[in-house]
Amino acid sequence: MIPNFIGYYSLIFGLASSVIIFILSLKSYKIKIIDKKIFSLSFLQFFFVLTSFFSLVICFVISDFSNETVFNNSHSNKPIFYKISGTWGNHEGSLLLWLLVLTLFLFLFLIYSKDEVKRYRILTLVFQQVIIIGFFLFVLITSNPFNYLFPKPVEGLGLNPILQDPALAIHPPILYIGYVGASIIFSSSLAATVENYISKSWAKNIKIWILVSWIFLTVGIMLGSIWAYYELGWGGFWFWDPVENVSLMPWICLTALLHCILVLEKRDFLKTWTIILSIATFTLSMCGTFLVRSGILNSVHTFANDPSRGIFILSFLFFLVIMSLVIFFTFYQEKKEDYQKIYFLSKEVSILINNWFLMYFLSVILIGTLYPIFLEVISNQKISVGPPFYNKLIVPFLIFFMLFMSIGPNFRWIKETNIKNKFQLILFFFLSMFLSLIFLEKIGRTDLFNSLLLVASLHLVFITIKDFFSKKIHNFSKKISHFGFSLLILSILLNGIMSSEITMNLKVGDSFNFGKEKIFFKSLKNNKINNYQSITGHFIVVDDKKNIYEFEPELRIYDQPEVVTSEADIKTDLFGDKFLVINKIKGDEYFNVRYQIKPFMIWIWISTLLLVIGGSISLYKRYYEK
Amino acid sequence: MVKKVKLRIAFLLALILSIILSLFLILQSLEKDVVFFLSPTDIKNLEEIEKKKIRVGGMVKDKSVSINSNKINFIVTDFKNEINVSYSGSVPNLFSENKGVVAEGFLQDRSYFKAVKILAKHDENYMPPEVKEALGDK
Repeated sequence: MIPNFIGYYSLIFGLASSVIIFILSLKSYKIKIIDKKIFSLSFLQFFFVLTSFFSLVICFVISDFSNETVFNNSHSNKPIFYKISGTWGNHEGSLLLWLLVLTLFLFLFLIYSKDEVKRYRILTLVFQQVIIIGFFLFVLITSNPFNYLFPKPVEGLGLNPILQDPALAIHPPILYIGYVGASIIFSSSLAATVENYISKSWAKNIKIWILVSWIFLTVGIMLGSIWAYYELGWGGFWFWDPVENVSLMPWICLTALLHCILVLEKRDFLKTWTIILSIATFTLSMCGTFLVRSGILNSVHTFANDPSRGIFILSFLFFLVIMSLVIFFTFYQEKKEDYQKIYFLSKEVSILINNWFLMYFLSVILIGTLYPIFLEVISNQKISVGPPFYNKLIVPFLIFFMLFMSIGPNFRWIKETNIKNKFQLILFFFLSMFLSLIFLEKIGRTDLFNSLLLVASLHLVFITIKDFFSKKIHNFSKKISHFGFSLLILSILLNGIMSSEITMNLKVGDSFNFGKEKIFFKSLKNNKINNYQSITGHFIVVDDKKNIYEFEPELRIYDQPEVVTSEADIKTDLFGDKFLVINKIKGDEYFNVRYQIKPFMIWIWISTLLLVIGGSISLYKRYYEK
Repeated sequence: MVKKVKLRIAFLLALILSIILSLFLILQSLEKDVVFFLSPTDIKNLEEIEKKKIRVGGMVKDKSVSINSNKINFIVTDFKNEINVSYSGSVPNLFSENKGVVAEGFLQDRSYFKAVKILAKHDENYMPPEVKEALGDK
């Protein structure tokens, strides 16, 4: 009741402070002196949103069902951890979180950009306030988290049980930091365009923000992927589902930006391209929010289908895109001295090639994701675009991408006179060809693209490992990230071609053979835990070396809301996962049992972590150098 | 200056070529690799049966699910027409009689569908939009 009230009014005060900051900054922009009030107001604004957010958390913790959001998404017998994470496990709360990160980032930007040009700082503030005001209005008009219910319901409807999971509890905040970080990049690149301040020092400043969003976006996507792997019970980690694609698109864009900002920083060109990428990254993040939240893409992320929300985000998105395009075309000036001689064998050109490939991957995913939506609107035909489409279009180019990646990063800026270690490159290439050949022969898979991709990724792994030992280049963060990426592709590939699985319908006491292994369904246990009923199966798997593995997959039957979820039992080691999941079909007799062997699964997560570690080291160095 | 223009032209040409090439590739694969969604009535009205992968959606008919050790058979209905589906593989948590379902697989004839995948739903209130629509004018 009281927190509800506080939360709502804090939001309104937050909006008011936004408007005031907006007006004050426009004034400051004219007189070229930053009004000191802006800083305190920005802090105040952040404080208001924080208060509002915590009020909502408190509403969830004390299970105040007079709050509509709490009523719809919580239940009094839910564990406290999921009561708290339930705050952002719904549409209204997650938007409030988005707003919180927006204001926090703006505040941080103001603190950490003290040495920058004043008018550029003010303008960034103005653009960021436009976004913030848009989101304030969105929250207050279409999705107020503090709607009051009277009479107060006795019990809530509960949180979708598949969301009651630790990985998923922290997935939204982390992903949001990544998304929202892109808003700072967007605002500041627009400000830099207006002020004609696209320069080396701008690049230096903005790279920190690119790194921050990139790191968080990577972790966020990884968490979602890990969750899909063990919770959805399908044993895959990436399904090329539209909801996954909309998070991958900004990531690719951001990765491209991360590389091309280096060119701007070191060589002072690719300015136009940097600005376009900055705008595109944020547009794609917003697009993702629109597609996911509007209910156009149906998924676990779609909390409620309310067309007015979709229309609001869509119009806001169009407004931002048109605004940025107008600003870009009116203010962008090409300086005469921009032209420098470019040599083909140089770091800047290889980064350009990298961007070229990334843009191709991006457009494949973009078209694959949007085409079904457009087709449905235009012709009412329903189609879905699945993994074969993406594999076919991405894999062949990924091969070349990785080959370039093994040479390009070691080039010098401006002009590479001779390619170093030509001999080593060729040696490693033949070594990886030889190894792949033996390996593929052994497992009996010889399709062309997989073999080539295996050669390319092995080659890249060797080269990136070799780079750790070369003393010449000291860029440790790059080495780790590039090694992580090569390992990621290699483990995804090996995982893909070596995975095997079987699904059977079994009764207690049954057994079946799978390759060299024998699987026994021993017994069943029933338990009542917290807010669900648990059925645990006991399975024994014996392999050809007489090793015994015990599996205890679980079925959880939640009562509020009434949903069944499967908790897979996964045995992980360095060489692969064994994955067993059960599901009840009809009556009590038969269980749908799925057993999978997923080689090198853990390396997919490890290599993603390496990417993140590389990014973090770079961020740390940036910060330290400053 | 001339060099600059030359570089620009080369760059633009490469850009345009690569855009055309990638669009061509993407559109071509779109034609081949998309999966169409049909209701049992749509299938009944099909002119010819193709070997392409499709999706069938509707309601799992009451008392139609039968299970043995490696197969699940059931009937998908849109309350106008129905189709027999046979499937071996894992089913999502929310698969049951009188609930919506989307099955992906190959049509054998007008009344028999061999599924290779059954799609999961995410919560009990949610119905695949295709199913909702197929059931819409029930």
